[in-house]
Parts: sequence; C-alpha cells; structure tokens
Amino acid sequence: MNVSLSNSRLSLQQFVLGVFFGLLSFYTQAQETLPPDTLVKNVTLEVIELISKDKELQSGNQKRMVELIEAKVLPHFDFTAMTRLAVATNWDKASAEQKKLLTDEFRTLLVRTYSSALASYRDQKFDFRPLRAKPTDTDVTVQVRIIQRGAEPVTLDYDMAKSGSGWKVYDMRVAGVSLVANYRTEFANEIRNNGVDGLIKSLASKNKGPAPRAERK
Amino acid sequence: MNVAKKTLGFVGRLLACCVVLVLTGCAATGNVADPRDPLEGLNRAVYSLNEGIDETVMKPVATTYRGVVPEFARVGVRNFFSNVEDLYIGFNNLLQGKPGDTVSDWSRVLVNSTVGVFGLIDWASDMGLDKHNEDFGQTFGRWGVGDGAYVIWPLLGPATVRDSFGRAIDIYVDPIMRYTPVPTRNTLLVTNMVSLRANLLDASRILEEAALDKYVFERDAYLQRRRNLIYDGTPPRTEPAQ
Repeated sequence: MNVSLSNSRLSLQQFVLGVFFGLLSFYTQAQETLPPDTLVKNVTLEVIELISKDKELQSGNQKRMVELIEAKVLPHFDFTAMTRLAVATNWDKASAEQKKLLTDEFRTLLVRTYSSALASYRDQKFDFRPLRAKPTDTDVTVQVRIIQRGAEPVTLDYDMAKSGSGWKVYDMRVAGVSLVANYRTEFANEIRNNGVDGLIKSLASKNKGPAPRAERK
Repeated sequence: MNVAKKTLGFVGRLLACCVVLVLTGCAATGNVADPRDPLEGLNRAVYSLNEGIDETVMKPVATTYRGVVPEFARVGVRNFFSNVEDLYIGFNNLLQGKPGDTVSDWSRVLVNSTVGVFGLIDWASDMGLDKHNEDFGQTFGRWGVGDGAYVIWPLLGPATVRDSFGRAIDIYVDPIMRYTPVPTRNTLLVTNMVSLRANLLDASRILEEAALDKYVFERDAYLQRRRNLIYDGTPPRTEPAQ
C-alpha cells in the first residue's frame, strides 16, 4: 500500500512503472470505491446466490468453496493488515520474508475456516444495517445481522478501512468476537515459545492438515 | 469420626491431584500465565475431560438427533426451551434497568405460549419482538462486577467466577429445574442439552478448523463474547483500530 520512500532511490524504470500502476489503480478505483455498506451487501448477496444455486457447494465441496471465496470475497480483504493486527507487537520483530510467509499462511487458514463456515449456510436471512458514518470517514464498521428463528440474531461486524483500491476489511467480529483479537494470544504464545518461524511452521502444518475435522490434542 | 477422617483424606488427595494437574498443566504448555486465567493448568485438565465426554457421548448423540429428528421438530424443541428462557431474560432486563426490553421479552412469552402453542412456534419474532440474550452473569457484569478468573466446570464448560455465580442463579430460577415429576424434569433437561449441542455442531466444526490451540481460542472467544453481551453488542473500544 505505502511505499517506503526513505530508503529507495527511484530509478527511471521504477518511476515509469509507478506511474503506470498509479494510473491503473486510479482506473480500478473508479469501479471499486463503492460505499463500504453497499460493497458488503453486494458481495454477501452474490455469494449466497451462488451457493444456493450450486448443489456441490451445499454438499460441502471444500475446493470449490475456496475457489468461490478466492474470486469473490478475498479481493475485499486486507490480509497484511489482519496479520499485522493479530501478530501485534511481535510484527516488528519479523523480517520482510517472515511477514510475507505469516500473511500467506494466515490467509490460507482464514479462507479454510471461512469456507467451512459458509458450507453450513442454510437459508438464513440477512439484515443489512444502515451505515453510521460520515462521508469523510476512512475507517468504518459495517453491520450485518443474520436472522434465525428461536435465537437472537447473530451480528457480523466488518471493520473496514479505505485504501487506494477501495474499501478493505481488516477485521471481522462474529457475535462480538473479533477474529483478529482472538488469534492474538495464540500467536503471542507460539512466538514466545518457538519464535516467528515456529508460528509460521505451526500455521503451515495446520493448513496442511485434514480439512473437515482436525485431530484432537 | 472415621468417616470424617476418610472425607478429609479424600479431600486431601483431591487437592493434591489438583496441584499436580496445575503444575503439569503449566509445564506442558510452557506459557507465561495469562492474568485472566490463573487456573490454566487445572482448567486445561477439566477441558480435556469435557472434550472426552463430548467426543464419546454428546457429539454422537447430537449428531444422531440432527440426523433422525426432522428439522421442524428440532426447531419446535429449540423454541420451547427458548420460550421458557424468555421469562428470566425479561427479569434480567428489568434488573439491568431496561424495562422496555422486559416488556418485549414477556410479550414474547405471552404470544408464544398461546398463539405459539406452548412455545413450540416462535410467532413473536415474526411480529418484530426480537429475542434477547441475558442471564444473571450479564446482570452482575452490568452492575460493575468484574470477570474474575476464568474457570472451566466439568460438564458445564467455560465461565468466569462472576458467571459461575450467575449460572448458579440461572439454574436456581429455571422453572424446568423446579418441575416436580422428576422423570419428566430429567427428560426435559436431557432434551435441552441434546438440542443445544446439536445447534453447536457446525460451530464446533468451524472451531476445529480455526484454532491452533483450541483451549486458548475458546477461552478468548468466551471472554470477548461475554464482554460483548454485557454491553448488549456495543462494548467500548479497548484499543485504537489500527
């Protein structure tokens, strides 16, 4: 997102590339700066529409579900920000390489979890709450409620920040439980015991494990 | 005399076991003690006991229940217990100074117990009377009582010290617990337990998927969730967003 100008001398080539991508992002921006609440609504409705039409997705085809999420949902998430927030104070201790690996593994884990959650979608109704924010805000919470009978609605809060390429989700709270905050203690424990590489390794082995139910400890 | 000695001996051994469990628990995880969870070693031992019971009894029974009982019947069972709950949810809202919510909760009971045939059908939700989530633990929290240590109870699962007291009162005031023909009462209790577990089958599968250390993940989720419930979904932000 932001290039650190302090230690990089821009060569002509980089300059040209920069202008090119700058223009490109300006172009996509026109398409992607939907208001955050509209964005969440459109994506949610599109995804559940696709699931309700697809028998394979309903019967729990994990691979297909992951593809759907990769295509429709992931572009609207800022995984680097999510990983940074979950790793918290240890983030600065990680090298650039480690940061990249951490982000990739965490991303895979979240996608798997998310696909597992979506597979249990039946035909709940969604209630998209009106956005309470000023037009100038760059950090908002979009609220969605899942209505179910005989139980109180489940709230989904998407914390979103405005970026050059549209609004991006950097945390998601399910019934008040922040995904990012919930990983913080686990990550901190792992890093304290086995270092940043230990956390990368345990995330990787978790991701390689069997999909539906992990072994008990 | 002899009995007293024996009891003491038993209590002593139990305590010794606890100490050993706490020590080995700490040694096994090698984690720095979390200030919210000073009993982590003991809690982990009870947690794995509960996991074992769940894996061998609760989960298979709940899975069968979901497989055998048709959905409309399962929804009916859930609604029935949810309707009984609304009675003391309304009472807790009153204690928390939210009489408007109490009126809504007790209207739900009125509507669902009559038009909804003993609570089997949840008409009230369709009429726009939202279901709330309250209990005595939340009421104490609302009154300013802190969490206290995190505790895992055998069979009952996670709580904090505050929520443990809350739950004791929840159980005490639960009309089903006071229902006199004991076999009927027990049938109701077991049915509710199976129904609750069946509702959580998806959630527990997702948890398996998400967590590196299930114990820690569940604990942190529980504490976050309770905090959110106490503030009825709008807890003050504890830290800057980014």
